[in-house]
Amino acid sequence: MFNEFFSRQDLLLIKPAVLLALFGCGILLTDLLHERRHKYLNAVTALLGLGFTGVQLALIQRAMSAAGYSEVSGFSGGLVVDGFALYFTWIFLIATAIAILFSVRYLEVENEHHGEYYALMLFSLVGMYFLATAMDLITLFIGLETMALSVYVLAGFLRGDRRSNEAAMKYFLLGAFSSGILAYGFSLLYGLTGSTNLRAVADALVARPSGDPVVYLALITTATGLLFKVAAVPFHQWAPDAYEGAPTSITGFMSTAPKAAAFAFLLRVFLVPLAPLRPAWEGLLVVVCVLTMVVGNLAAISQNNTKRLFAYSSISHVGYMLLGLVAGNETGLKGIAVYLLVYVFMNLGIFTVLVALRRKDIIGDEIEDLSGLFFKNPVSAVFMLIFLLSLAGIPPTAGFLGKYFIFLSLIETRHYVLAVIAVVFVVVALYYYFRLVVMMFMREATDPERLNISPGVAVALAITLAMTLVIGIYPEPFIRLAAGSVLVPFR
Amino acid sequence: MPGNYIPILVFLVLAFAFPVVALSLAALVRPSAQSGERLTPYECGIQPVSDSRGRYTVRFYIIAMLFVIFDVETVFLYPWAVQYKALKVFGLVEMLVFLAILLVGYVWLYKKGALEWV
Amino acid sequence: MLDQFFFYIFASVILLGGLLTITRRSAVHSAIFLIATLLGIAGLFLHLQAEFLAGVQVILYVGGIMVLFLFVIMLVNLDQAARQRQFNRQWWLALLAAAAVCGEALYGLYRGRGAFTFPGAVPGNMPPNTQAVGNALYQNYMLPFEVASIMLLVAMVGAVVMAKKRL
Repeated sequence: MFNEFFSRQDLLLIKPAVLLALFGCGILLTDLLHERRHKYLNAVTALLGLGFTGVQLALIQRAMSAAGYSEVSGFSGGLVVDGFALYFTWIFLIATAIAILFSVRYLEVENEHHGEYYALMLFSLVGMYFLATAMDLITLFIGLETMALSVYVLAGFLRGDRRSNEAAMKYFLLGAFSSGILAYGFSLLYGLTGSTNLRAVADALVARPSGDPVVYLALITTATGLLFKVAAVPFHQWAPDAYEGAPTSITGFMSTAPKAAAFAFLLRVFLVPLAPLRPAWEGLLVVVCVLTMVVGNLAAISQNNTKRLFAYSSISHVGYMLLGLVAGNETGLKGIAVYLLVYVFMNLGIFTVLVALRRKDIIGDEIEDLSGLFFKNPVSAVFMLIFLLSLAGIPPTAGFLGKYFIFLSLIETRHYVLAVIAVVFVVVALYYYFRLVVMMFMREATDPERLNISPGVAVALAITLAMTLVIGIYPEPFIRLAAGSVLVPFR
Repeated sequence: MPGNYIPILVFLVLAFAFPVVALSLAALVRPSAQSGERLTPYECGIQPVSDSRGRYTVRFYIIAMLFVIFDVETVFLYPWAVQYKALKVFGLVEMLVFLAILLVGYVWLYKKGALEWV
Repeated sequence: MLDQFFFYIFASVILLGGLLTITRRSAVHSAIFLIATLLGIAGLFLHLQAEFLAGVQVILYVGGIMVLFLFVIMLVNLDQAARQRQFNRQWWLALLAAAAVCGEALYGLYRGRGAFTFPGAVPGNMPPNTQAVGNALYQNYMLPFEVASIMLLVAMVGAVVMAKKRL
């Protein structure tokens, strides 16, 4: 069964994706046998699949450290499992697990509890795994499209709700368009270098004379496609509408796992094949970062819909993370890794509470729906306060840690002006986060209905709160984990 | 350009020429009266009441979308069939995995009733 | 010489078809001219001796995707939609921006036109296109091929989830 193109090691490296695909197909088929009241079993199967995949990932990790390898490649260099890939894959798995936990009750209330939801989440994880591990332009593109297609469908999952259809359509149109631009950039990179392997592309670009306009064209189109995917300004237009219209559980998923995957894709492409062009794209990224922080923070001030507000907040967080890439030193890349880990838990915590606000006949995604939360359900109000403090970057919560490393890396690489701008906008962000706190603690409740806390929501809240506090109070092991994930820039 | 593409050129010229010739011959031969009653669409002697665009079910569209997806699968089968001997058992197993995944999709479609026509 | 002649024929079919697609008022006419553009692209693939790609272009793009386009045009009552307010009041700005991007891209490609050189690509010593695609797809690129099957599965499930009335 194995020949020179496919060895036993290659099979081991793709086993996590194989397991996820198998469980996804399994959910599709077993869902046909479940009655309506047993649909939650699909969620159980999905979590089981995530568990198996996690075990497999841990086995790969243990085998690698036992043999002393820091990275293992397969498929003749087309796939590589290194610290970067392992770290990001763990983030994807944990984020998806938490998203599945709070989806069950939400979908039951929305009356759209179909098994395909969980199958699509697992298939998007397959795409994300290849985005983190692939070292080949074609595999990266196919992984991106697999993940993106699943999320487009999930964004439109509330088939009877017009806003959800609109969100899916806008996300799909802009996503497909940006994939087209990205594919054009990739085709130019292939045409210039004769290979689709990222390292071979980097080698060939180093050998080229500098100042070649076609190389700049390839850089700009590739960068445009990538920045669309992470929703950086000025390519952010799809994010607020997509986040507002999508089902709240999917907004929570969309703002964390696919965003982390798109960021892993961006880092991989900017640090390996485009690394020789750093003088060209550093200036471009500085402009994008500043615009992103400005637009993301200022636009969030005037929002009345919580999901839209957190969309703009996500956009501004992407701006901070890209600053780490601008700095480019080890602290910067470590900072991005820590920031993404922390961001995933904070955002999922916020969306767990927002999901619990969806009760029978109450949609619950306006800011007024948060009013008086402290008097209705003090526990979730306090949790929400901690998550908002973390998003704002206030110690001793975890959010402070991410911002600390990013700012440290900016100062280490002498980008003082950027650091000052970033700090100014941290203060601006405090306004709209504390607007929510005021709503929760100092206003009367507008409706007497209690929150919809299912067992899944409770577990998700517990995990996200625990991680937000633990990473903030005792960050050492997490910093060490992130340091192991730093991608060695191509030289 | 290689000489074995010439049949394609001939085919193209024929395919282009046939409707042109047919329509122009018809235009030359038929009487030229074009007025009033002659321009309305024929509906067995009854006056046409409305535009011919009625409402169609979305079932047609689902079938067309599924057709495109299975067409892509078929297109993947062509080069595999050409290289079947060179790819040996390994290629067979690889293609069987591909087809198995899409078979899961087909079974799901069948059970969900997406292929129902009535 | 004959090479260039055919290239210019196909290129003009593509550009003319593209221009006519975006300027026609009737949606069906636009779709037909888009089909003409795609057939021009298939001709260009044939000119590069990639006959498998030319065939796939016609089978999939024209025979599948354009048929889907025409289905939508049939299903949606476009005359009424055309009478509603159109969103193209700033078409002149869009034209300006597109012309600027096009100009820059053309300038970049023209300045760097010596960049795309593939040594050894002499016509006559290449294997037939279908065999070359088969070898590459099922040996060197087998991983993206298998992931593509998952992508097709997602597309299938997604199409039915979004379009079917009762899941």
